[in-house]
Amino acid sequence: MTAAIRIEGLAKSFTLHNQGGVRLSVLAGFDLAVEPGECVALRGPSGIGKSTVLRCIYGNYRADGGRILVRHRGGTVDMAAAHPREILAVRSDTVGYVSQFLRVIPRVAAEDVVAEPLRNRGADPREARQAARGVLQSLNIPAALHRLAPATFSGGEQQRVNLARVFVADYPVLLLDEPTASLDRENRDAAIGLIREAVRRGTAIVGIFHDSEVRDAVATRTVPLSAAREAA
Amino acid sequence: MSFDIWPGEVLGIVGESGSGKTTVLNCISARLEPTSGTVEYATRHDGPADIYRISEPARRLLMRTDWGFVHQNPQEGLRMEVSAGANIGERLMAVGARHYGNIRETATDWLDKVEMDTGRMDDLPLTFSGGMQQRLQIARNLVTAPRIVFMDEPTGNLDVSVQARLLDLLRGLVSDLGLAAVIVTHDLAVARLLSHRLLVMRRGEIVESGLTDQVLDDPQHPYSQLLVSSVLHP
Repeated sequence: MTAAIRIEGLAKSFTLHNQGGVRLSVLAGFDLAVEPGECVALRGPSGIGKSTVLRCIYGNYRADGGRILVRHRGGTVDMAAAHPREILAVRSDTVGYVSQFLRVIPRVAAEDVVAEPLRNRGADPREARQAARGVLQSLNIPAALHRLAPATFSGGEQQRVNLARVFVADYPVLLLDEPTASLDRENRDAAIGLIREAVRRGTAIVGIFHDSEVRDAVATRTVPLSAAREAA
Repeated sequence: MSFDIWPGEVLGIVGESGSGKTTVLNCISARLEPTSGTVEYATRHDGPADIYRISEPARRLLMRTDWGFVHQNPQEGLRMEVSAGANIGERLMAVGARHYGNIRETATDWLDKVEMDTGRMDDLPLTFSGGMQQRLQIARNLVTAPRIVFMDEPTGNLDVSVQARLLDLLRGLVSDLGLAAVIVTHDLAVARLLSHRLLVMRRGEIVESGLTDQVLDDPQHPYSQLLVSSVLHP
């Protein structure tokens, strides 16, 4: 297999036990293959399951059926069936994920938040922090903010901290869920630059980009999602 | 119930009061003998051993060296009538340390690691705030380089301002030292930040287990769904 990600027959539904047991079928038989150096944009209306695809690849949502094969350390891991420890190893070395929300321990400095993925791989604390500052700088976060906790940052600044966290670690696979949603033009361009550079290096990316300018600038291919059949 | 804990893994146990979380913690840390079933621990030299079948001295040695136990109320885990330094030194002496200078140096080092003023070394824990007492309890537990630490609501009694700092400290120590830890908490945010894997308990049973963010973001069992959807977000 040469694909960095190969999804076969992915199915995902949600059963809301405390709301009358309603069952929402979101994905049914979804397939996707992404090669290194490709940036695939998922398209479709809100609620169609674009974020669900990303979360299933990251192992954050449990797939009901199908396989999600991710190339990891020279082998292949099925994220739909992997043990929690394997999923954590894939997240440490192979797959980075950017959501629209920043979730961190209060009062931890931005540079330490960004350095964390490197620290988790056992990097020297000082080198990790230095790398973190470099990426923050390239996303226009001024040095004066690096030592402050991001809880007090604006939405756009928090979003860039989130982006810095994945770009610092040079993952072979990136999952981007609206990575530029709250950025102004200048910072959006900085983010586009980092994404394109990653694609050139051979990173495989799956993303959701509502902003068509961003999508046109980074996507090498677009994949439309269609509605799964509603189950009662 | 059956479950494993791996080296370097942080396991969170969540569930409402009375679900049996603390009972599990006590049973797996040799503090409360289970009615039936076994608790096996991978000892450093003799392979896996049933902790309730080994000799009393062997069990006590494990509890003093390889294991740590952090109580919700630091006063249960500290000796309040001796100094901060002695609280740390005592655990070292229990594993054979005798040289006063070395013991004092190690104690100073640990006060520093848990971000306490080393000038408070000779003060009694009674004169410390709750957050400082909790950090002292953590230092006392970690000084013997244990392989697994059991924690019962470690941040439960603290002001939120102190809680965040302590969470960060605990997370750093656990990952830097490659410790395994079992953390009982009713606070899902604490569980999310500290644990790799989660067990959800209800009425004495595990109703769901898995990767922490999977359980919290995509809970499968009706009770886990109720627990997650009941959290207030400030």
